[in-house]
Amino acid sequence: MMFDMPTIWALLISFALLAYVVLDGFDLGVGILFPLGRGKDERDTLMNTVAPVWDGNETWLVLGGGGLFAAFPQAYSLLLTAFYAPVIAMLLALVLRGVAFEFRFRTERWKPFWDFAFIGGSTAAAFFQGVMVGAWVQGVKVVDGAYAGGWYDWLTPFTVLTGVSLVAGYALLGACWLVIKTEGDLQERARRLQVPLGALVVALIGIVSFGTVFTSEDVRERWFSLGSWVFLWVIPLLTLAITIAFFLAVRFKKEILPFMLALALFVASFAGLTSSLYPQLIPPSISYTAAANADGSLAFMLVGALVLLPVILGYTAYAYWLFRGKVRIGDGYH
Amino acid sequence: METLDPVLLARIQFAFTVSFHIVFPAFTIGLASYLAVLEGLWLATRKEVFLTTFKFWLPIFAVAFAMGVVSGIVMSYQFGTNWGPFAEKTAPILGPLLAYEVLTAFFLEAGFLGVMLFGLNRVGPRLHFTATVLVAVGTLISAFWILSANSWMQTPSAWVLENGRYVPESWLGVIFNPSFPYRLAHMVLAAYLTTAFAVGAVGAWHLLKDRSSKPARVMFGMAVLMAIVVAPAQLLVGDMHGLNTQEHQPAKVAAMEGHFETQRGAPLILFGLPDMDAAETRYALGIPKLGSLILKHDLDGEVTGLDAFPREDWPNVPIVFWAFRIMVGIGMLMILYGLVGAWKAARKQLFDHNWYFRWAVAMGPLGFVAVLAGWFVTEVGRQPYLVYGLLRTADVASPIGAPGVAGSLLAFFVVYMTVFSAGSFYLLRLMRRAPSATGLKQIKAGPLRSAGPGSAAVPDSEAVKETG
Repeated sequence: MMFDMPTIWALLISFALLAYVVLDGFDLGVGILFPLGRGKDERDTLMNTVAPVWDGNETWLVLGGGGLFAAFPQAYSLLLTAFYAPVIAMLLALVLRGVAFEFRFRTERWKPFWDFAFIGGSTAAAFFQGVMVGAWVQGVKVVDGAYAGGWYDWLTPFTVLTGVSLVAGYALLGACWLVIKTEGDLQERARRLQVPLGALVVALIGIVSFGTVFTSEDVRERWFSLGSWVFLWVIPLLTLAITIAFFLAVRFKKEILPFMLALALFVASFAGLTSSLYPQLIPPSISYTAAANADGSLAFMLVGALVLLPVILGYTAYAYWLFRGKVRIGDGYH
Repeated sequence: METLDPVLLARIQFAFTVSFHIVFPAFTIGLASYLAVLEGLWLATRKEVFLTTFKFWLPIFAVAFAMGVVSGIVMSYQFGTNWGPFAEKTAPILGPLLAYEVLTAFFLEAGFLGVMLFGLNRVGPRLHFTATVLVAVGTLISAFWILSANSWMQTPSAWVLENGRYVPESWLGVIFNPSFPYRLAHMVLAAYLTTAFAVGAVGAWHLLKDRSSKPARVMFGMAVLMAIVVAPAQLLVGDMHGLNTQEHQPAKVAAMEGHFETQRGAPLILFGLPDMDAAETRYALGIPKLGSLILKHDLDGEVTGLDAFPREDWPNVPIVFWAFRIMVGIGMLMILYGLVGAWKAARKQLFDHNWYFRWAVAMGPLGFVAVLAGWFVTEVGRQPYLVYGLLRTADVASPIGAPGVAGSLLAFFVVYMTVFSAGSFYLLRLMRRAPSATGLKQIKAGPLRSAGPGSAAVPDSEAVKETG
């Protein structure tokens, strides 16, 4: 059957993860680019471009984690155990950058410390998320349903590369977001980052794709045997088109379009990665069907998800609409 | 010397992170409702003092909420990192409960928190009030699901074993498992009481400096009212919760009471030193027959002792015994405070005596201590099981070696100490601001203020900045 419960949930969890990457991506990116702000006022403004929405953005990560537990418990258990160190590091990084949203407005003396926590936490969270993506592509050693690899299996040149790539990708989203939300000199500085970051990200997407293809023979065959998977080549072609459109939009000094196209780059990369490994959820051997929760539990949750996700998307959109427009010095409740 | 046990380290890590976490939800569940009440009172009466008090507590709520959020994300991943086999075996039941918590509560809170914090000048007062109410409702829905999940681990019901997993027989049976209604009521009341005493302490502290401060009188008066009504109600609910535990987890109650022997006409042990090796509570100071009366509502009722259970099923008795006494002791102090308050209010002397204010300041942190102590009773009392009677804690830990867990525990310790001591410091400093001076310049909740550098009326930060 095409749309059995595990498949529906694989799509929903993918959607949650993608929503997380897309939403928290630019907000972590603002953290990575925080040094762009000169002086207190500019930094306050930078932070206030995301302050009303960061909490909602990060909730998608909780849905990703909680949803993985609920829908694919074996993946939740094995992957988080296998990626123990990067998971803990990412969580602690998120703690530090999350509290910085409040703390840096509560002190003068320690403001540089919380600025540093915001920058370092955002960068580290992005890096370790990227490391985990790479480690997932590499695969996880499982024997008798338990993790059987070493504690540093997640650390390889390839995973460092994917880590750096995600930092660069989030920084690009952040720069594009700041072009939308700020003005004047600050906007100009963000705008000047779009081309170099865009070029870097596109190059890294190329290298990581290349690396992914060479991690396993199955992936290689899927892409190059030109059999039933030949339609996959739509993805790289689309990526190329998005890239060209992105640089054109930047050149014509569009404000919103480059952000949307940078998001599209993420969506395309996500599609490329997942379709390379489909149907593996715990590569190289456990498929999402095998890792799925009991059907009855998936059905029980599906009722709620189908009713609630549109509502959630609705009021999330409302919050973004409410806080639309440029953020200026002095905005915020602090 | 023994090598470090990785399971013990994982337990310590979970206890450490969840203990830090629970303090903040306990506070924000109460504060969100309190803020909703304040804003509602302001809309109904248009009295400035309610808005001033609202504005005073709003940034405090924001800081506490941020700490609750970030420490909560950690929790949602720790079942997988450290308790993988547990997650796999219980996912058909616990997974959907947590998923519903995210879908019905977390998004609601997070989505409207932004409007609540930043929207006072962007949306009308009524819409803003709606946002505040939705955040408050979100905290309560969150409590509903997470306590349902926790209660199922205490009193598992409506399950069948399929392929090594616990699969629900009926969702209603799972959600409304035997201990859930009591635990939910007990915890929500605890959150309200804790917040009431924190708010009361802040009000009292300002009244000690300026007895005419209207916002401080509002805070203090409302807090005393809560102590009068909710503290005795909590005693009642706590007693019912205890009887429920007696029925479903008698070993836990035996540890709480320090009863090693099953006996008729059991005493109520007030203090003593439980000794697990000797299987007796040394130097027990007790009231004869009262134990039977409380637990069985009969002076000669038979009370089950720990001797009815094999030793490997005993929880750590001293921890449960002492944590229970701390919780109950604080509860009694709160009831006493409320009784004195009722007596003073009847004589119209509520705001007349400094000793009563000082007592309130001293009571301020005690609610948090009681919440933690209560959770230690119920969680340590559930041991050695993770799911009571079904899964032993030692059997369902992830296969992570001691060095790995020790390293992460150390990292948690360093980061949490930094973050939460700084956070507590900022919270205390926010509480110390004079409430009447809380940024009243720009709160005439008009529709939209003209934004721009010129109109930069930043409310609170001026009053907060490095006052000491």
